Amino acid sequence: METQYRFQKKHILGIEDLSPEDISFILDAADSFKEISQRSIKKVPTLRGKTVIHLFFEPSTRTRLSFEIAAKRMSADTFNISASTSSAQKGETLVDTARNLTSMNPDIIVIRHSSSGSPHLLAKHIGASVINAGDGTHEHPSQALLDMLTVRENKGQLKDLKIAIIGDIIHSRVAHSNIIGFTKMGAHVHVSGPATLIPPGIEKMGATVCHKVEEAIEDADVVMALRIQKERQFDPLFPSLREYAICFGVNDTRIQSAKPDAIIMHPGPINRGVEMTCEVADGKRSVIMDQVTNGVAVRMALLYLIMGGEDR
Amino acid sequence: MTTKPLLLKNGRIIDPANNIDQQGDILIINNQIARKGKSGTLSCPDNGRIVDLNGKWIVPGLIDMHVHLREPGEEYKETIASGTQAAAAGGFTAVACMPNTNPVNDCQTVTSFILAKAEKEGSARVYPVGAISKSSSGTELAEFGEMKEAGVVAVSDDGRPVANSQLMRRALEYSSNHNLLVISHSEEMSLSQNGAMNDGILSTRLGLRGIPRVAEEIMVYRDLALAEYVGRPVHIAHMSTRESVDLVRRAKAKGCKVSAETAPHYFSLSEEAIGLYDTKAKMNPPLRTHDDMLAIRDGLRDGTIDAIATDHAPHSVMEKDVEFDQAANGIIGLETAVPLTLALVNKNILTPSRMIELLSVNPARILRVEGGTLSEGKIADITVIDPEKKFVYSKEGIVSKSKNSPFLNWELTGKAVLTILGGKITFSDLEI
Repeated sequence: METQYRFQKKHILGIEDLSPEDISFILDAADSFKEISQRSIKKVPTLRGKTVIHLFFEPSTRTRLSFEIAAKRMSADTFNISASTSSAQKGETLVDTARNLTSMNPDIIVIRHSSSGSPHLLAKHIGASVINAGDGTHEHPSQALLDMLTVRENKGQLKDLKIAIIGDIIHSRVAHSNIIGFTKMGAHVHVSGPATLIPPGIEKMGATVCHKVEEAIEDADVVMALRIQKERQFDPLFPSLREYAICFGVNDTRIQSAKPDAIIMHPGPINRGVEMTCEVADGKRSVIMDQVTNGVAVRMALLYLIMGGEDR
Repeated sequence: MTTKPLLLKNGRIIDPANNIDQQGDILIINNQIARKGKSGTLSCPDNGRIVDLNGKWIVPGLIDMHVHLREPGEEYKETIASGTQAAAAGGFTAVACMPNTNPVNDCQTVTSFILAKAEKEGSARVYPVGAISKSSSGTELAEFGEMKEAGVVAVSDDGRPVANSQLMRRALEYSSNHNLLVISHSEEMSLSQNGAMNDGILSTRLGLRGIPRVAEEIMVYRDLALAEYVGRPVHIAHMSTRESVDLVRRAKAKGCKVSAETAPHYFSLSEEAIGLYDTKAKMNPPLRTHDDMLAIRDGLRDGTIDAIATDHAPHSVMEKDVEFDQAANGIIGLETAVPLTLALVNKNILTPSRMIELLSVNPARILRVEGGTLSEGKIADITVIDPEKKFVYSKEGIVSKSKNSPFLNWELTGKAVLTILGGKITFSDLEI
């Protein structure tokens, strides 16, 4: 007898914790939620009476707004705490913040924090579900899910695709989550960039390291460029932005060796002219804005599923 | 002060300094080892006490040559009183405390304060280690002569490594005038800064900035090279990697005057112990790979590594129950050193004699302090170990003020059950 699949995660801390079945299930759910955002009245009562707190210790425009829109379209009550308004400024520890929030009985905490593992610390001290909206240089699971949704929409599948990820891999939680996620789904991830931005042991996570950007892009189905994260660099990792753009930037010439129907992605925000030229970012192969649209659907799906997936 | 005579009977006397490992009795009168003999050959004076130690080991008092007692400055983590009580509970009769207190132990005032406190409140001998540079700031040498006069047994840059090679060279040279040992905390800071764990696949997976092994090895090499160049001894603290062990092995083969220590966590754990961001497994140097752990065990077995020191580093929950990259480095170690080292004996990596060399004989020799022997006429610093005793290392049972240990809730085998300092019992788990 076939056992019925059930989504059973309480927290979404990383792609690492999700099985391929979980990922497919989330993407299917997200697919069905996309339609809600096309309606003239963009609201369903699914999460009515649920409290969602967005706890952002790092600046964010896209992710935070996307989570907030997702929660509001599901009728949850949402609250925002950012680093500048929180007690963190007064020296309160994350654990104390967690305990105080618990006392107010929220259902879901969405956290972004500059320290890797902070969502895990929060989850240990809080009764509510925790969604990781980006922790240090560790993971950014909802971004990887929206990327996978975007690729699946465009390519019909994830299995056996060649995914090229170019740029600052070492500081990129998006890259980490995508390498884990795409590899789990049977795609082949190739990474390239300055060797100083390729983390040790990345091959063991399933990625193939290419010294030349061209090798990574050749015959790729997907070309994703990552933002150069100046804020996470403690020491000089490459000579100049100018040289970076020349040697590693994704430009029209470089993407010619990708498959003719290859799509171009970027998790944003883009440093135009550095990791990607305007021509590529705004070109007809670019699905960068679809990624943003899908972000709302994926986050609606996550909120829905960790709340038990009832009353749909 | 006089205490009642004490006869330790029927124990297994392990006294590597005298090449002894046999059943026997030891009679303590006043603060000295009065007699030592075969089982049943000694009798106790009428006013004395007799303890039967069948199945237990009688060894020279253990000496931990690398601890942090946190006083002065961070008394909420540990004090000289609480730290030496933890030492006694772990079987130690002496500890050498590192200079990274607040203020730094870089002058006779701080050294004298530590010694006065230890004299008044201590449950173990305390040997202060002075700073190599003033305020440990790495710019000018601290006043070695004055500190030596006040009682330091060595100088070290522990906690704030000397980056400047010329300063390290001068420290090694100048130490000869004062007959002081230089202890090297080997860390190239430009490679390790902001790092939170060993650099490798695991740090990549956890998104934590790595501390590469070469950050340690480069400085082990530098300090060995400098010491050889100026012809002075050097002691390498808390080695954690295979290559560090090899570097010391080669230096010793060449005849260099080098000694080295490691800590129990480096031969008991690998970086996997971090799991999902367990700050109790965060220390500096960081836990390394399984292969490094095996190399450290080899170094202990073959004599490359001279001493096991705990690097006892108490921290409160305020420093530890936080985000991993923001958590303080270090774990407590005084109360787990005996069972963790015994685990190597039970794995046939170390003999019981070798274990006692590492925990008592060699630290005494390296620091040139009393102890490390059970010779008649010597001071009665003695530890009794029950090698079979099983216990769960629980928060409630910890004597140290701080509870930051990755070994919490482990079931451990082997424990110090009686600690005697100068003839006086400082810790007992026995019915006496």
